[in-house]
Amino acid sequence: MAEKNAETQDHLQAEKTYLNLGPSHPAMHGTLRLFCELDGETIVKAEPEFGYLHRGFEKHCENSTYTQCIPYTDRLNYISAMMNNVGFCKAVEELLDIEIPEQAKVIRVIVCEINRIIDHLVCTSTNILDMGALTNFWYYFNVREKFYNIIEKLCGARLTTAYTRIGGITKPLYLGFEEEVKDCIRDLLKAIDDVEGLISHNRIFLKRTVGIGKISAEDAISYGFTGPCLRACGVNLDLRKDQPYYDYDQYDWEVVLAENGDTYDRVIVRFYEMRESAKIILQAMKRIDRQASVMTSDRRVALPPKKEVYTNIESLMNHFKLIYEGIRPPVGEVYSATEAANGELGFFIVSDGTGTPYRVKCRPPCFPIYQAYAPMCEGGLIGDAVAILGGLNIIAGELDR
Amino acid sequence: MLTMSLKIIIPFVLILQILPIFIWMERKGASYIQDRRGPNRANIFGIRLGGLVHTLPDVIKLIFKEDIIPTRANRFIYTIAPFISMAVACMTFAVIPWAAPLALEKGSFALQALEMNVGILYIFAIASIGVYGVMLAGWGSNNKYSLLGGLRASSQMISYELTLSLSIVGVLILSGSLELGAIVESQSSNLFSWNFIRQPLGCLLFIVAAVAETNRTPFDLPEAEAELVAGYHTEYSSLKFALFYMAEYVNMIVASALMATLFFGGWQVPFLTTDLLREHAGIIIHYSLLGMGAMALLGSIPLFLYKSRVHYGDARDTETKKLSVILFIVGIALLAWRAASGELFFEGLAAQIAAAALQVGIFIGKILFFCWFFVWVRWTLPRFRYDQLMQLGWKAMLPLALLNLFVTAGVYLLL
Repeated sequence: MAEKNAETQDHLQAEKTYLNLGPSHPAMHGTLRLFCELDGETIVKAEPEFGYLHRGFEKHCENSTYTQCIPYTDRLNYISAMMNNVGFCKAVEELLDIEIPEQAKVIRVIVCEINRIIDHLVCTSTNILDMGALTNFWYYFNVREKFYNIIEKLCGARLTTAYTRIGGITKPLYLGFEEEVKDCIRDLLKAIDDVEGLISHNRIFLKRTVGIGKISAEDAISYGFTGPCLRACGVNLDLRKDQPYYDYDQYDWEVVLAENGDTYDRVIVRFYEMRESAKIILQAMKRIDRQASVMTSDRRVALPPKKEVYTNIESLMNHFKLIYEGIRPPVGEVYSATEAANGELGFFIVSDGTGTPYRVKCRPPCFPIYQAYAPMCEGGLIGDAVAILGGLNIIAGELDR
Repeated sequence: MLTMSLKIIIPFVLILQILPIFIWMERKGASYIQDRRGPNRANIFGIRLGGLVHTLPDVIKLIFKEDIIPTRANRFIYTIAPFISMAVACMTFAVIPWAAPLALEKGSFALQALEMNVGILYIFAIASIGVYGVMLAGWGSNNKYSLLGGLRASSQMISYELTLSLSIVGVLILSGSLELGAIVESQSSNLFSWNFIRQPLGCLLFIVAAVAETNRTPFDLPEAEAELVAGYHTEYSSLKFALFYMAEYVNMIVASALMATLFFGGWQVPFLTTDLLREHAGIIIHYSLLGMGAMALLGSIPLFLYKSRVHYGDARDTETKKLSVILFIVGIALLAWRAASGELFFEGLAAQIAAAALQVGIFIGKILFFCWFFVWVRWTLPRFRYDQLMQLGWKAMLPLALLNLFVTAGVYLLL
């Protein structure tokens, strides 16, 4: 492409145009900005910029108790908020060395996979939408809406869930949860089939995505790719398999791999991951036991039952201290990672023994991925830049924190 | 003078009548393709007609919006661009024949605004001016997205115009005329001698090129919302935007009319020649009116009994009842009128006009079918990339159109 440009420039003295894609632009999901140097429609040089959605998540956490941090994590990847809740709580639990009850693990697996499905639905549908196919978007968003209804019933909110607590889950599953989820999964599988039928053999779609935004496995690893974008390059890395947490290894599912690492593979990998997630959910739902507790009984993190608070001074003090001072982990530091929808979501927490964390560092999966965006776009057209961005699934809330 | 001005006004009014139906078809069709409801709120005394009424508030809204002209835009170019687009779109309709010419004592009276022996050239000539509207809009807005949109539009429209015009040369050879009326005549009322059978490749190329020419998905690059915000009309608002919007739809109606005229027999009613129609015009109209009356009567009963699951708490709740009463009255009136007067017999001019009315109806039906085709394609396919679009235009469609031309010419010479 570069040689071609040089050739044309010998004949025509063309001026370069500078175009600002974003921060407010229909295809820049959230508030991303790509400043590009254009030669005609070809992007010669691109300079991605971020920070338009910076809210100081990490600094906020330093002034809040550990429990108060949980709602802040909702706003990281707002498309799959529960996975952030789970990731943060898991880190704090590791810091405290607490084992959460079996039921809480099962519920966390279920909600995580539901959120992974929602995230992939949004990502793939908006990616295809950016290439002009609106119908697929609606097929997916109808299913997403149903899943959100379930989440709303679970915790009262659709996006800002704050569903987990350190040591467990806020409340057990409601009655009839399983039937609704099964119904949704039926719709989901049908929607995936529909959309796959519409696009996976569509010549226009193949032309727009195959070989576009290609990245080799080595480059992807050196940039720090994780999640579906890395698996699309053929690297078998999934924390659910490699560092199993919450008994992910006991479920029957497979890591989805592609080989080319282009936009098409990233879309298709997500399609198949949704099917695998559906498999995990169906297996996990068999383990639901409504009699079992979903919150640990460890008094360092769990509030004592109300009956004891009103009748017994130790419990009253315990309650007061937990609310007033917060959970107090021992001095130390921890890095804990979970496999979020976009890749490895890590939290690094330093505790100085007080009720508020000394430092919280979040490793969002799309931060390293976004580094590779500019080199991927360069040499392509504006249409390519938009298609690539959708496939990478950059969430501004998580990127800027 | 009066007939002349009527000839000009009637087609224009007809397009403007098809326009809201088309917009309704687009919105409602899109929503049913996409598993959603589409417009169903706007109503007049509770009557919504499945969202058809919605176009009215849309227009009122657009009229009352603030008309913004960007400070650093070129005011003259910026203002004139939408008018060029709309005027050009409407002018093309002048040469399209709506029905078989009436045979009067003084000579034949063509049912088209402008009888031209180079009708098809006129259409392409006028359509080329349409590029200016889009290009000037892109240039005059002083916005990089608009400029890119304008650039894309002009290169795309110019490239695809070649294919568009070459793809119909086969048709011109077969009919031996540039006049649209003669092209329709030459296809005759026999469905199997229509040009889409005789010229399948030309027909396909023409349809694809027409979609590209009207800037619709998969060729909607000039206004690709994900890439260029809204392309050439990013900066437009209020009526100026409405003009672009309407021009886009009028262009599609024109393209549909051309598809119908050139390849699908125009106003020809399948297997019913004009003479046959004129002979039996009375009977056909009599029984179709009777049928309509019976259908209205039968339709009003389930409509009256229909119970909606939704309760709005306003006039919309009684919509089906009101409609069923209207339908019932219309049905009874039609049946009574037809039964009372007996079979119709038309003679002379009356028969001709009755036949022409049927032909116009068929033609509008064909136009609406192709309009639906546009909608269908739009909501199924993703969008091309700019360079792929150009490659398709120059490297695939143009050679194919030339091939089609040479093969047609060769076969025609041999026969």
